[in-house]
Amino acid sequence: MGHLDINVGKLKKNAFRYSKVRGETASRVRIPGGVIDAASLEKVVEIAEKYGNGVINLTNRQGIEIPGIDLEDMDKVNLELQPVIEALNINQTQENGGYPASGTRNIIACPGARLCPFGCYDTTAFAQKVDKEIFPNDRHVKVAFTGCSNDCAKVRMADYGIIGMTEPQYDPDRCVSCGQCVDFCRRRSVGALTLVNGKVVRDTQKCIGCGVCVVYCPTRAWTRSEEHYFRIVLLGRTGKRNPRLAEDFIKWADEESTLKIIKNGYAYIEEYIDPNAVEHKEHIGYIVDRTGFEKFKEYILKDVQLSPKAEVAQNIYWGGKHYDSF
Amino acid sequence: MGFVIPRAAFNQIIETLARRYRLYAPVRKKGAGRFLDTDVIMYDEVTTADEIVFDAKSDYAFKEALTPLSEVLFYFTEATTQEASFDNRPLLIFARSCDMHALKRLDQIFLENGPEDVFYQRRRELVNFVLMGCANSFDNCFCVSMGTNIAPDDYLFSVDLTAEGVACNVQDEAVAALFKAYGEETADVVPAHVTENKVKVNLPEQVPFSVRTDPLWDEYTVRCINCGRCNFVCPTCSCWSMQDIIYTDNGNVGERRRVGASCMVDGFTDVAGGGSYRKKNGERMRYKVLHKIYDHRQRFGINMCVGCGRCDDVCPEYISYSNIINKVYDASKEGE
Repeated sequence: MGHLDINVGKLKKNAFRYSKVRGETASRVRIPGGVIDAASLEKVVEIAEKYGNGVINLTNRQGIEIPGIDLEDMDKVNLELQPVIEALNINQTQENGGYPASGTRNIIACPGARLCPFGCYDTTAFAQKVDKEIFPNDRHVKVAFTGCSNDCAKVRMADYGIIGMTEPQYDPDRCVSCGQCVDFCRRRSVGALTLVNGKVVRDTQKCIGCGVCVVYCPTRAWTRSEEHYFRIVLLGRTGKRNPRLAEDFIKWADEESTLKIIKNGYAYIEEYIDPNAVEHKEHIGYIVDRTGFEKFKEYILKDVQLSPKAEVAQNIYWGGKHYDSF
Repeated sequence: MGFVIPRAAFNQIIETLARRYRLYAPVRKKGAGRFLDTDVIMYDEVTTADEIVFDAKSDYAFKEALTPLSEVLFYFTEATTQEASFDNRPLLIFARSCDMHALKRLDQIFLENGPEDVFYQRRRELVNFVLMGCANSFDNCFCVSMGTNIAPDDYLFSVDLTAEGVACNVQDEAVAALFKAYGEETADVVPAHVTENKVKVNLPEQVPFSVRTDPLWDEYTVRCINCGRCNFVCPTCSCWSMQDIIYTDNGNVGERRRVGASCMVDGFTDVAGGGSYRKKNGERMRYKVLHKIYDHRQRFGINMCVGCGRCDDVCPEYISYSNIINKVYDASKEGE
């Protein structure tokens, strides 16, 4: 082996990991929405067997990491990754150059409406759509999509958590007061339904738009709204100083506004990020802790035309554990 | 009288008929299913032929035209009552052979079972049928086993969408006049019907009492979630509950309503004094199945079930009712 002279900063921005094993790296395969075609997965297997140590790591954010790659093989791995990057429709800055960045993290999505009975929208498609808009980007941003309020994708630990909602539509003429929606709303959701004089009354303040009533209605008295709605929750995070869950920002948001809000956040980061941040990365939440939520809100709502149905939080107060102050 | 006419002409005939009748036909309700982006085919009023779904079985049955899921019978206040308004325009229902056989069962239940049910009768008198032919069996159909694959004759005309055009056997004089404006009468058109289904059932002639306590029902106590979908989609299930509603803002005013009921759903057997029967779902399944293939026959001479298979289509727990019939057949033979 010749003398190793590796630009570690460049390596990281090329989606390779700085490994504790000297001379080795791991290739990080970004898979927006967590859905990969079988042929691409075979290619990943091939790379792992040819350049790695025959092992594949499934990452916490639905990506793949191929460990045990010799630092000298990075270019070859990038070449091999090209068909995968094309199949996954990833924005690339240089053909055959591998994945272009690692700042904005892989976008997570639960299986959503493609598989799940409770899914309120196609989470995978939305994740892929947003990925096309925001990737590549060096800024440390986490976006996650979940199909319903069950939040199987744990979007409340992301900067932007998108939770699918449906507005239940009720046809009293098809309702036979069997009470199953009331019962299941109470047992599986928030108990927003009551039977009054043999028909169902929905507490619109309490209703979280999970669609459990629609799933359990045997007569189609309850159906889904034609529009897909979203609850946007903001700035959840893990980490050392102040891990916390994301808090509600908008209830009944539309798809276009949701996309715009996620994109708008980057201009805010550029303006207010700590110039001395380690590796130029800082969780947005910590920036917001400095500037105040009002400033952030002003940026992310720029040119956003919300529908009258959208309920926007005036202010947000996060909780969580503070390890940095007592 | 047979006619084979182009689709465009057929569409015009339907539009003309829509001025004479309320047309009630299976339509695709986009996105109305339990899950996102899933459709439901159910009956609704239409004014054009293009709205009608010919190439699939409806998920819900036509019976809602005769026994609405929820219907106000009358309003009351202090000493007076007033009947709810009633749409008495004639109805033309698009139905398949199994459905037309189901009508016979509904008639037995509402008109030939003691005093006639006036709320059923007043609707029944308005009803006419268009027979939708079945060139192929759909999933879960077992009409051949139930002897309902060939329709009774009392329809105005039949419809089969064929490569040559819309083939119709027109039995009504007034409708025939309408068809003659669009095409020559051809040789006899026989409505398409299936002669074999993938699903076949064996029907027990007699069901010995031992079957009622057979362990075969226990499985359904565990598997069935007593949601009642099998009842609500069934063309012959027609049980209902009466509700007297007192308006919340004026206790002197209210309405009497009757709504669909299901022998699978909690509350069906609740009686005054707090009694309740068939608490186990397996017992409810037994009651339903034996009613469909035995008890109704004991009283009316024919099986209640018409083999449309909608209950199997809809069951969220993948319980096959037709399979239960076969289990009952086997258990009945053992019990002889």
